[in-house]
Amino acid sequence: MDVSVWRGDEHAGEFEHFKVPMQESQTILDVVSWIQQNQDPTLTYRYACRVGMCGSCAMMVNGVPRWTCRTHVKKVLDGDKLEVAPLRNLPVIKDLATDMDPFFDKWVQAEGLHHPSKTRHDAIEPILHDSPGREAASAGIECINCSACYAACDTVAGNPHYLGPAALQRAWTVYNDSKDADKQSVLDAVSGAGGCHNCHTQGSCAVYCPNDLSPMNAIAGLKRASAASFFKRRK
Amino acid sequence: MNKPHRAHHLWYAYMLHRLSGLLLALFLPVHFYVLSLALTQPERLDLMLQWFELPLVKFAEFGLVFLLAVHFFGGLRLMALEWLPWSANQKTLAAGAVAAAFLVSTTFFLRAI
Amino acid sequence: MLGLRLYMLQRLSALIMAPLTLGHLAVMIYAIQGGLTAAEILGRTHGSVLWFLFYGSFVLAVSVHAAIGLRVITSEILKLGESSLDLLTWALALFFLFMGARAVMAVTLL
Repeated sequence: MDVSVWRGDEHAGEFEHFKVPMQESQTILDVVSWIQQNQDPTLTYRYACRVGMCGSCAMMVNGVPRWTCRTHVKKVLDGDKLEVAPLRNLPVIKDLATDMDPFFDKWVQAEGLHHPSKTRHDAIEPILHDSPGREAASAGIECINCSACYAACDTVAGNPHYLGPAALQRAWTVYNDSKDADKQSVLDAVSGAGGCHNCHTQGSCAVYCPNDLSPMNAIAGLKRASAASFFKRRK
Repeated sequence: MNKPHRAHHLWYAYMLHRLSGLLLALFLPVHFYVLSLALTQPERLDLMLQWFELPLVKFAEFGLVFLLAVHFFGGLRLMALEWLPWSANQKTLAAGAVAAAFLVSTTFFLRAI
Repeated sequence: MLGLRLYMLQRLSALIMAPLTLGHLAVMIYAIQGGLTAAEILGRTHGSVLWFLFYGSFVLAVSVHAAIGLRVITSEILKLGESSLDLLTWALALFFLFMGARAVMAVTLL
């Protein structure tokens, strides 16, 4: 099959074409690895667990962000063509490896961290797994920061300050944690110029999340919570 | 570089909402200008109103009403998604909004011709 | 681009316009029957406080809503700075308000 792989860095680059033999059972990661091992050792790419747990191998495959280790060639082959490119919306370091710093910086900016309310000397607080807050939080905690949603989102592309679906989803899980002592700072963090209100509900984040999470719903929750706080503070 | 594959319903709803808003915003000053002719040049307004009887204009009006209805129902859909705690089937809502918009604008068109 | 305040303004102006839009559509569908002339329009609206209030509030709400909407589209395509966007938003809002107020005055002549 014909595989186009993006080569270059943050300044310039282009697609390079390789002919790769098809196997019976083959993932995109297999394809990229084959190219690097057999055709061009200078090809740069990332992977780690190669079993769909770590998210390191996320790339754009035929224009769609995916985990390459979990994407079978047969599912995405366009005739006999494949196109592999680095994740969108992130600066490229080299070839298929992107700089994840902006993604993680925004993760921090969205105040997705726990604000303790007790000390080790207090009794452990029982949390019911089916309380509404816990269910809302649990819906988003399996995010592994692969950045696929960030790459899929057009609002991220259009708005450099936008915190992005993953960071906002994390903020929502913290907000719903009954053990958290400072929900207001979460709301403040997600209500600024890059906050949740920029979301246009395109839904690409939910469509392309490899873990079937829905940052879109989390962001709607943040909008609700911040709107409610808007009215309360006014009164 | 690549742009993600966008052919999913929610993205179409987003783009439709954006385009309809943009086109309406461009149309609005024209609409306001024509109406204000009633103050300054009522004969010219009458002339224009006669011209608006043309089928092509009627069709354009249908388009405008469709855009308004799409934007309106789409906006309600958005606010429902954001503020009501349903976990509704979003695709159905999106489709429903377009259908309702089409219904409203067709009613307008049928009355107009 | 959109903080909490602008977001709320956008949503609130939209909610205000919801009944006004339905009313406008109903009025239009009724009014265009059998053709339309300036005299027909003015005959109904001239001197009417109700129509002035109805369309006046419509113009106010749409000036806010359209200006913010265009702000968002502009910021995502042109990526201007915050102060340029503020200027643009105010300019647009005032433009729509001015044109709309003229139209409302023309039709109700209050």
